[in-house]
Amino acid sequence: MTQDLGAGLGLRPQHYDAALEHIKHGLWFEVHPENYMVAGGPRLAWLEAIRQHYPIALHGVSLSLAADTEPDPAHLRKLTDLIERIEPVLISEHLAWSTWRGVYHPDLLPFPRTHAALLRIADNISRTQDTLGRRIAIENPTHYLHLEAHEWSETDFLRELTQRTGCGLLLDVNNVFISARNLQFNAADYLDQIPADAVMEIHLAGHSQDSELGAALLIDSHDTPIAEDVWMLYGHLIERIGAKPTLIERDDHLPEFDVLLGERDRAQCQLMQQQVTV
Amino acid sequence: MKPSLAQFQDNFVDALWHTDVEPMPLTALSSHFFPGHDSVAPEPSAQAKLSSQPGFKIYRNTVLKSCIDALMANYPSVLRLVGPAWFHAAAAVHARKAPPIDVSMLVYGQHFPAFLKHYEGARELPYLADVARLDRSWTECHVASDEPLINSIDLSRLSPIELGNTVLRPHPSARWIWFPTQPAYTIWRSNREPAELDGELAWSAEGALLTRPYGSVIWQSAGLGLCTFLHACARGCTLAQAAEAAIQADPTQDIAHLLSELITAGALSPATPNDYS
Repeated sequence: MTQDLGAGLGLRPQHYDAALEHIKHGLWFEVHPENYMVAGGPRLAWLEAIRQHYPIALHGVSLSLAADTEPDPAHLRKLTDLIERIEPVLISEHLAWSTWRGVYHPDLLPFPRTHAALLRIADNISRTQDTLGRRIAIENPTHYLHLEAHEWSETDFLRELTQRTGCGLLLDVNNVFISARNLQFNAADYLDQIPADAVMEIHLAGHSQDSELGAALLIDSHDTPIAEDVWMLYGHLIERIGAKPTLIERDDHLPEFDVLLGERDRAQCQLMQQQVTV
Repeated sequence: MKPSLAQFQDNFVDALWHTDVEPMPLTALSSHFFPGHDSVAPEPSAQAKLSSQPGFKIYRNTVLKSCIDALMANYPSVLRLVGPAWFHAAAAVHARKAPPIDVSMLVYGQHFPAFLKHYEGARELPYLADVARLDRSWTECHVASDEPLINSIDLSRLSPIELGNTVLRPHPSARWIWFPTQPAYTIWRSNREPAELDGELAWSAEGALLTRPYGSVIWQSAGLGLCTFLHACARGCTLAQAAEAAIQADPTQDIAHLLSELITAGALSPATPNDYS
């Protein structure tokens, strides 16, 4: 089913009307399930209206798979309800944690990639997939910190998770670019180490510079157009792994819908070139 | 010994919310980044090792900003009354005291009205907490479950005795508040709608009813009789009992008119079969 997906867009409520005004063939949308895990009301009705015309992917930001505890059963129940209602074409989550001891810290927090963490996260992914009855894709996080206790490289850690749980990967090229700059590693080498078969989806987004440290600290702000460096990495990536569903994320400083469609069309062109040459 | 994942997460959360973690001593910093440089320096705390890195502030800022942004989105009338700078300061204090427990930030801020009631900075604005209660009511109404509404035809089939014995429930989306001392609804409405207040504000008691009959949240003023009637329905009283309570609260209350008003507003759910006695 996902093979038919080309390039899609993250959908914000400000663009609901524009998305329904002119139905664009081949377009798909991604939303955060947390914004629709409610009992009822107009939000769910809007999403169902969009779903009648477009495939929808659910991209979770808060399941907290890297917390040293099992995923919250109430969260999984609500997510299951939404999946039954929307029938998403893809489901993804982050290699990160955010809920800890009953408090939600709304961000994607890092952890040391130890063997113990690998076992815990693999178990959490398996529990999630078993409960949802679906394969999920795990997204590589953005890094801002040097942690001492890593025992695994991130690419090996992700590969191991796919082998142990059967999960797929959501490869965020912008996250790799930012992390490579912030932690000083080579982004292209990182992308080369990602197993092609595991990639279910690719994310592209814009980033910004820290107000004090400038280019020495990049921030995954999703509030600017995609950087040319990121487009270049994306081009090399799909040349190696082939066309994969690709999503443009934009969460802040939202431009007109048509401007986002322009970025989406650029990704779509690159994907179609791949499909022609492959 | 390496900390467990759980210990790392405890340390991270401490560093995230407590900005007064002791700064890492310079000697410890140098031994941390240049091992062997100063072997006698004390080992910095786990929190200091995290929070001393420039990138740590990204997490701190994002977490706090997400909380404040959610409160701004969920309390638009309060924001309009006090302005962004005041709101930001109050929201930051509240977020530290009551961080989210639900991952849906659409519903974050359940305790914000109670916080504003006792917040020193809001002492000059005694109506602010009540305005916040109405913003909160809007959110609760907006995300409540979609259940059928009762209509007047359903009720017209009943004899007067059956009608009096019927138990109706407030619709899950219905919210009503009576403000006994101040016109909080008028203040809220004039900050929620494009229309400005016309004329001088009469400082008197009033109530509000928020419902969602056709998808979107709508609001209207509500008398003490209406609020009392809905309270009684929510407690499981029969229509006769609810009507009696409403008339006791407001002897001028016309019950037939009230029932029709509640049905039109979409404030009532059908009785379940067991509710007919």
